[in-house]
Amino acid sequence: MTDLADLTIAQAGSGLRSGEFTAVDLLAAVERRAAVTEAHLHAYLTLDRSGARTAAEAADAALATGDPRPLLGIPIALKDNMVTRGVETTASSQILAGWKPPYDGTAAIRLKEAGAVIVGKTNLDEFAMGSSTENSAYGPTRNPWNTNTVPGGSSGGSAAAVAVGSALGAFGSDTGGSIRQPASLTGTVGAKPTYGLVSRYGLIAFASSLDQIGPIARTVPDAAALLEAVVGWDPMDATSYNGDLPAIAKSLDTGVAGLRIGVVTELSGEGIDPEVLEATMRIVDQLSNAGADVVEISLPAIEYALSAYYLIAPAECSANLARFDGVRYGLRVDGATTEEMMAKTRAEGFGPEVTRRILLGTYALSAGYYDAFYGQAQRVRTLLRNDFASAYGRVDVLVSPTSPTTAFEVGAKTADPLTMYFADICTIATNLAGDPAISVPIGLDDAGLPIGFQIMAPALGEEVMFRVAAEVERLAAFTERPRLATSKVVAP
Amino acid sequence: MTEWEAVIGIETHVELQTKSKMFCGCLVDSGDEPNTAVCPVCLALPGALPVPNKEAIEGILSIGDALECTLIEDSLFYRKNYFYPDLPKNYQISQYTFPLCLDGRLAVDVDGEPTMVGITRVHMEEDTGKSTHIGESGRIHGADHTLLDFNRAGVPLVEVVSEPDIRSPEQARAYGAELQRVVRALGVSDARLEEGSMRFDVNVSVRPVGSDVLGTRTEVKNVNSLRSMQRAIAYEITRQIEVLENGGSIHLETRHWDESKGATRSGRTKEGSEDYRYFQDPDLLPLHIDEAWRKRVHERRPELPAAKRARYAALGADPRTAELLVDAGDLAALFEAAVSAGAEPRTVGIWLTGEVVAYLRRENVTLDETGLSADSLVELAQMTGAGDLSATAAKEVLNGVLAGEGTPSQVAESRDLLQISDASTIETEVMAVLDQHPDAIEKIRDGDAKPIGFLVGQVMRATGGKADPRMVQDLIRRKTQA
Ligand SMILES: [Zn+2]
Repeated sequence: MTDLADLTIAQAGSGLRSGEFTAVDLLAAVERRAAVTEAHLHAYLTLDRSGARTAAEAADAALATGDPRPLLGIPIALKDNMVTRGVETTASSQILAGWKPPYDGTAAIRLKEAGAVIVGKTNLDEFAMGSSTENSAYGPTRNPWNTNTVPGGSSGGSAAAVAVGSALGAFGSDTGGSIRQPASLTGTVGAKPTYGLVSRYGLIAFASSLDQIGPIARTVPDAAALLEAVVGWDPMDATSYNGDLPAIAKSLDTGVAGLRIGVVTELSGEGIDPEVLEATMRIVDQLSNAGADVVEISLPAIEYALSAYYLIAPAECSANLARFDGVRYGLRVDGATTEEMMAKTRAEGFGPEVTRRILLGTYALSAGYYDAFYGQAQRVRTLLRNDFASAYGRVDVLVSPTSPTTAFEVGAKTADPLTMYFADICTIATNLAGDPAISVPIGLDDAGLPIGFQIMAPALGEEVMFRVAAEVERLAAFTERPRLATSKVVAP
Repeated sequence: MTEWEAVIGIETHVELQTKSKMFCGCLVDSGDEPNTAVCPVCLALPGALPVPNKEAIEGILSIGDALECTLIEDSLFYRKNYFYPDLPKNYQISQYTFPLCLDGRLAVDVDGEPTMVGITRVHMEEDTGKSTHIGESGRIHGADHTLLDFNRAGVPLVEVVSEPDIRSPEQARAYGAELQRVVRALGVSDARLEEGSMRFDVNVSVRPVGSDVLGTRTEVKNVNSLRSMQRAIAYEITRQIEVLENGGSIHLETRHWDESKGATRSGRTKEGSEDYRYFQDPDLLPLHIDEAWRKRVHERRPELPAAKRARYAALGADPRTAELLVDAGDLAALFEAAVSAGAEPRTVGIWLTGEVVAYLRRENVTLDETGLSADSLVELAQMTGAGDLSATAAKEVLNGVLAGEGTPSQVAESRDLLQISDASTIETEVMAVLDQHPDAIEKIRDGDAKPIGFLVGQVMRATGGKADPRMVQDLIRRKTQA
């Protein structure tokens, strides 16, 4: 019999509704999986056993009444930069060690209202700054496909948990690729929605104009179901989108016949690992065979995207993280004066990558430098938006690899921040444009590590994005599971 | 010797009395226990986000409109970055380029000499919390510990920046007073200086008369009344001139006004200009104020103090009376009611700003607590106009009415103050006096007018002061003519 932890959300939902098993059984299976795999992975920072148990029991009671909500009783995980009432939320930083929020973020509220069972809080690069989940104050997360490699980041904990089955689905946040890149490296599906589609209220801010919450799941329909539970206008977020919502899951079975698909020139050549590129082009050919009209599209400004991103994101974070000062919550390191207390708290509480970005951002915003750095980056952002706008005048979606390489070894890029920054080369541009994008697993490389395929769409183009993603999933027929998930060490 | 000219610009902060704070739903209420009007947003908990308060935007737009500013169609919020324990986010949401209101003006008047003060900008920001430093000095340095109250954190704050158009401490005071009147007339703030709901930062510099180059300025803070603003500026002008005449130079610095010493003392030196690293707040979209909204604000503009003063003056109130009436809202309301019911404006204005104000002060009561109404003012004015009451008697009746003794006629009756204006009665009294003073009649007939006053006085005495003195005088003149 299949271990319940290996079910998709859709399968688990029908099993719960048909009474094959209960939400409490399902939670137990997922927690058993965590008990076996956590020692190898460290995907979770906190497992909320009592909260999850209560939610699972409530779900069973609701299921007994025929409650049809699709996420009812489904065990999911939240990235630890998503604020959860009464459950420790640290953003993987020492500066928030032990902080138990007095409120729930909007996404957490909506998931609880949807009846989902929140298993726990997953590891991330501190304040979501990183591409490997190695920048966590509480130790790195490892990749279930090969624990010598990283799971990507910054939502590496969420991606690893979903890949290994210690959650059926999870949420992460994506500022420059932080959902899609770890999804790619762990063989899961990860989507970054249109900016404003999911409320950021209760997401600990890294770069406010780029951050978006999104789902990680094992299948495209699962990712769509998770996303549908959290989208929609929120009066608590002034940047939240207040209009008609895209029909996210409407066209999953429609196929790609007649769609125009653009292959991004700048992301399909130099800098991309040949094996990754080959797998990507194989899918492109299959999409063409399936009836799509495939063309090559150039986005010239993409060349400057990484530079612009590493000015805009640090600039915003330098102000966003100013509130961590030891005065009201979190870590406090005493000093002789208030200024000294604040300085010592911040010096001790922030890790090196966070400190680096705060300094970079502070510098970029300083008088005399603002225009050359931050101002120039904003102009690049406009150029990039124009590039995307003109591209979407010609095609329905754009495609590329999600990550230039498959999972790299733990420690391989930590010494040189710049090489780490290049891990996001394919994903960053969509954040700057505010557009949605999704990563779908399409196969393994020779080392047995997953390869992800990225589909980008214009703002609010989630319907066509998920439509293409579902077709890619069918064409790739990717069914492999990480070794750690299938090993027979699972305790009864 | 050089003649000096002062150049003064004023930054005014006004706390808006909206229902809720600028970016969250917490109530604006200064009377609460510390840290009770707080939430994740105004405490800057991780993950919390600001959402602008429409009522506050309406408030600032009404100020901008009253100051004849251009209301900007797409206005931007910025982050002003600096670390301070009472600033929860360690940045203040404020405005920088594209503030809500630009380029206005405010007319002020010093002793009948009008000046137009330019308004550079009016922008929206949020207030900080309050720090209480416990320990000897009462200041942050050397304090044992500091208590923080965030009830005020996030209260909507409007900053009105004037052009450096002000030339004297008196003008500065008049500007502050007029701005306070405007804000109060709009009903957006009580604008109380003592309580900090209105605060001034004053930029002062001096230069030789005729020069068009600005001198180095100092910024004077901690002026908690209009009077102390005037004194602080006067002090600062004298100090700067003295320094310059002794060959010294003025440093760009913040100076604090010490009310008890009557002097400013040096505070922070501004190294160049402070770098607040302003950048557009990514949590807030541009604020779009469309044509219809701007029109609505303009149409809702109430009568402003200057217009009201002009109207009262046109009715016949003298300028000083008009100003006093407009500044005391309840008196103005009574004035308007009495005048529209037909009372003579000049007299009513003088009564209200004279006898009535004196009575309120003496008895320490408010207008509501007295027996005075528009009707009683109308009646009193009619009685005076008809000659039933002398000016002195009218004041006494007014006091009786204020004390709740009844209507003016009732008071006049019970206090026996009604004037004798019956011609035959007065004639009888006049003839009796003339009979007793034939020598005075002689003198008058010889062209000496002096005894007329004496004779009037005699008649008034005989009637217990109740005869109409004008009628008495007329009669004496007629009877003594040959
Ligand atoms: Zn609040």
